[in-house]
Amino acid sequence: MALSAAEVLTGLSEIVTDETGIATEAIQLDKSFTDDLDIDSISMMTIVVNAEDKFNVKIPDEEVKNLLTVGDAVNYITKAQG
Amino acid sequence: MFKKVVVTGIGATTPLGGDSKTTWQNLLAGNSGISTLTQDWVSKYELPVTFAGQAKTPAREVLTLQEGKRLDPSSQFALIAAREAWADAGSPDVAPERLAVDYATGIGGVWTLLDAYDVLKERGPRRVLPMTVPMLMPNGPAAAIGMEISARAGVRTAVSACASGTEAIANAFNRIRNGEVDVVVAGGSEAAIHPLPIASFAAMQALSKRNDAPERASRPYDVDRDGFVMSEGGGALVLESEEHALARGAKIYAEVVGSSVTSDAYHITAPDPEGSAAARAMLSAIEQSGSTIEDVVHINAHATSTPVGDIAEYTALKRVFGDYLPKIAVSATKSSTGHLLGGAGAIEAIFTILALHERTAPPTINLDNLDPAIELDVVTSPRKLAGSNILAISNSFGFGGHNAVVAFRSTN
Repeated sequence: MALSAAEVLTGLSEIVTDETGIATEAIQLDKSFTDDLDIDSISMMTIVVNAEDKFNVKIPDEEVKNLLTVGDAVNYITKAQG
Repeated sequence: MFKKVVVTGIGATTPLGGDSKTTWQNLLAGNSGISTLTQDWVSKYELPVTFAGQAKTPAREVLTLQEGKRLDPSSQFALIAAREAWADAGSPDVAPERLAVDYATGIGGVWTLLDAYDVLKERGPRRVLPMTVPMLMPNGPAAAIGMEISARAGVRTAVSACASGTEAIANAFNRIRNGEVDVVVAGGSEAAIHPLPIASFAAMQALSKRNDAPERASRPYDVDRDGFVMSEGGGALVLESEEHALARGAKIYAEVVGSSVTSDAYHITAPDPEGSAAARAMLSAIEQSGSTIEDVVHINAHATSTPVGDIAEYTALKRVFGDYLPKIAVSATKSSTGHLLGGAGAIEAIFTILALHERTAPPTINLDNLDPAIELDVVTSPRKLAGSNILAISNSFGFGGHNAVVAFRSTN
């Protein structure tokens, strides 16, 4: 059963909060991981790996650089579930 | 022309307290920091030793989430100790190019290394944390401190097992003494209360197995001592040229007046029973201070509570001090703290400095029956140290035959 984009956002926010301590409500679709949330590449890799486990998807390393915003990641994960 | 070197800040996190003040108070009160381990891996692996000296204040309670995730516990302890020391010194205004770090560890990030290997075996390479290598490297604690205080005159890590902390202080002392830098944060930390090191030390019969009375297990010089007790934590000192400290009106705890590092070249773990290299380290440190053995009023001994090690150090002490030895107040503070391995020299340097500054030698606990082969005046309750310009030394010896000694002189 694939999750909706809203459900992916909720799940992804939990992962980001757990890794960085950033408040869940600050993690919104239009936020840039680097510019708005100040997440560096090391935290980003940990978030990606945890997201793969949580949503049972594969996010190839070469794809990670295209995930600039939270929305990019939510879209990618939502589609990859299918 | 050598510079005078002084201590202007101290910090620690140990089994006796989350800061240097609490640690010192508990040390003077004769308390033990050793307790039974409650982690599930103790019974899972049926470890023959079920106790240790865990940090009284867990590091994650005082660090940020990111520091907790990105730093091995050895670096976490280092950062906590260094922050306290740096603040205690009044956060010296010093050019980054004249500020250095000499911070040691005996083993490095053993928790990170072994956890990561478990992850690799059980979940594959992609699940290994990207920070694994920088977290496990033994220079991690020094690097973390260097970034914290913007030290750009070199960040170095002495690795000499249980002599590491003292060797780092000796290295720092020499850099300032030679005029290379003005301020150094020095010391050491360790976070090795992990089933593997416990199993290894236990296998070599180095650890006490007094599982039914952990707080009584570390008993240097006692006839019933049966090994050392593993502990964790860290200590940090701010060392500074006297010139620099006076110019900024800093408070001064004591002067560092000498140091020496020698090596046994005898056996990888056993100390040379003749103690000649250990004795030479003590003599050299005292000679460098421009003093004589009769100026030494206090010794913080390495004294880990192993049957062989305590005797070997005593033999070395006799070589150095001869008939004068019984006049020196000797403290074996590992009786309270356990053995912080690479952190031991750092916290014991702090104890030695505070003993001079407060004119009080700290007690050795659990000494019920002094080993008849050891004729020392062991301090068993806090003892006043009289006089001015008094000298004290702190000894550390490590697997590999490392001997390191630092000498301090009172300034108040």
